[in-house]
Amino acid sequence: MARRARANRIWYLLLVPPAVAPLLTPLYNRIEPTVWGLPFFYWYQLMCAVLAMVLITVVHMATRERRHEWQ
Amino acid sequence: MAVTVFLTLLGAMLLLGFAAARWRRPDDIHSLEEWGVGGRAFGNWVSWFLLGGTMYSAYTFVAVPALTYGVGAIGFFAVPFAIITTPLAFIFTARIWSVAHRHGLLTPGEFARARFGSTSLGALVALTGIIATMPYVAVQLLALKAVFSTVGVSGEWPLLIAVAMVSLSTFRSGLRAPALLSIAKDILLAWVVLSALLVVTMSSGWGEIFRKAGGYFATTPSPNDGLILNPTGQLGFVTLVLGSALSVFAYPHAVTGMLSAKDRSTVRRNIAASPIYCLVLGLMALLGFFALTEGIRPLDGDLNTVMPQMFQKLFPGWSAGIAYAALGVAALIPAAVMSISAANAFTRSIYRTYLRPAATPPEEARVSRWASLVVKFGALAVILVMQPSYAVDLQLIGGVIILQTIPAVFIGLATGWFDWRALVAGLVTGLVTSLALLWDIQQIGAGGVVVKAHFGGSSMPVGDTGMTVYVGVVALAVNLLVTTVLTLLLRLLRIPPGRDRTTPADYVADADDPMIKRLDEILDGLPARPVGAHARTAGSRSP
Repeated sequence: MARRARANRIWYLLLVPPAVAPLLTPLYNRIEPTVWGLPFFYWYQLMCAVLAMVLITVVHMATRERRHEWQ
Repeated sequence: MAVTVFLTLLGAMLLLGFAAARWRRPDDIHSLEEWGVGGRAFGNWVSWFLLGGTMYSAYTFVAVPALTYGVGAIGFFAVPFAIITTPLAFIFTARIWSVAHRHGLLTPGEFARARFGSTSLGALVALTGIIATMPYVAVQLLALKAVFSTVGVSGEWPLLIAVAMVSLSTFRSGLRAPALLSIAKDILLAWVVLSALLVVTMSSGWGEIFRKAGGYFATTPSPNDGLILNPTGQLGFVTLVLGSALSVFAYPHAVTGMLSAKDRSTVRRNIAASPIYCLVLGLMALLGFFALTEGIRPLDGDLNTVMPQMFQKLFPGWSAGIAYAALGVAALIPAAVMSISAANAFTRSIYRTYLRPAATPPEEARVSRWASLVVKFGALAVILVMQPSYAVDLQLIGGVIILQTIPAVFIGLATGWFDWRALVAGLVTGLVTSLALLWDIQQIGAGGVVVKAHFGGSSMPVGDTGMTVYVGVVALAVNLLVTTVLTLLLRLLRIPPGRDRTTPADYVADADDPMIKRLDEILDGLPARPVGAHARTAGSRSP
């Protein structure tokens, strides 16, 4: 039980990248490379949203609580 | 044509708001749980739309493109801010949902009170929330006003009628009205985004748009605008993103939508999918550049009209009408939710705590209904009587001061270590620091002329470095320092902390939890019953 709880907690580390990536301005404050004419600054951030969606979904799936588990 | 479509759709929406009273009609709407959080029974889809309806308001859809139109990259801050809230919300909103469910809480103030065992802290948090929310309602109405003036419906009457209609439907239906409206709004909004993308695709395309916009920003005298951030502008950008992301967990209206979800999984699933709204917001923000290169000019110098003006110039009439209606309803929904939340905060943390401790559930609902009317018409009075810029100033101050409740309501979700006396002292210090710093900020116009001597923005300069930093984050740091040092001091002096009425298990409880119990003091009028092993009966209101 305790080991499973710890394994569950490790999944939550996946939430760190989407929380940190949009804050790394020195990394993405540039124009090149562009995608469909969008400067890197903009499409990087839009990709961060996609990353957030994917990773949060993974964490949600992996840590879903089984009902009545506490009993 | 545009006007007809706009007025018809807006009228239909408002009727829908009235119909909401009959939708999923509860046995008894005369309790605050039914009126204020829809009986905590909303499923996946309704919660999803309500989340979008509340957090992505017309002010966002009007002001964010207006910002990218005006200054470029800095205006894009709303997108990273929205993204960062999602992983945080995944953890913290689920926790607040559980603890609120177990204890029958509706607002952050009540949580602070239960967690730190102090009614004064709860009331102070509630009061800060109400003061910060009022101007937020006002700027929503400003966005609506910008739409009306583009359509050509001028004067104060249309605004008054729209607000009166929404107030009445909220008065009757509570949170059900904005929830139902959110669904209709998102359909309209999806149409707007898709047709805007189509218009851009048929024009020159993004490469050309950014080339032109870059050329334009190079010709302006301001060093702070451009397609990317100025090297000295990065600190200001990051602190603004961080501060705004944290404030989402402090505004009373932000939690209202999620508290209405029927179980914990609904909350988690919705947040996992919520970055879709970030993408929509990103696309809207990019439209600001499009408006710039298409030569759209704001009406009377009001940047809020840039978006409505763009729809008018580039969309066919009927399609522009749909866009106006989407923006109009997107202004009215958050205004409704915010007024409900502010009203709940008043009822639960002030009215019930200090004025009428014996208030029954029907009385609570009645007080909240009237308080929500006061909030909306108060906000309307602010923008009709005072200068619109005054409402924007107040909203700016509101965003900074709401951050000062973060130690009590957000960090409080993770730990109950702080002492309530230290939290009160930290909150007050934070509020005073915020106001003092904001007062000193000047707005410098073209040629170094001081346009406004005070409250000229929310970014303060850092010495002579040319860098700026978001005031809210600075004040929050001072607040946290005071709170931590005082808590340590009180511990050293062995002064007993307030009683934490929550337990670690409360933060992970789910709807089918048989331990559902509620604080007798803030219970919805249910008779007091023994708490603990002998009270393991299923909660009377769990589904």
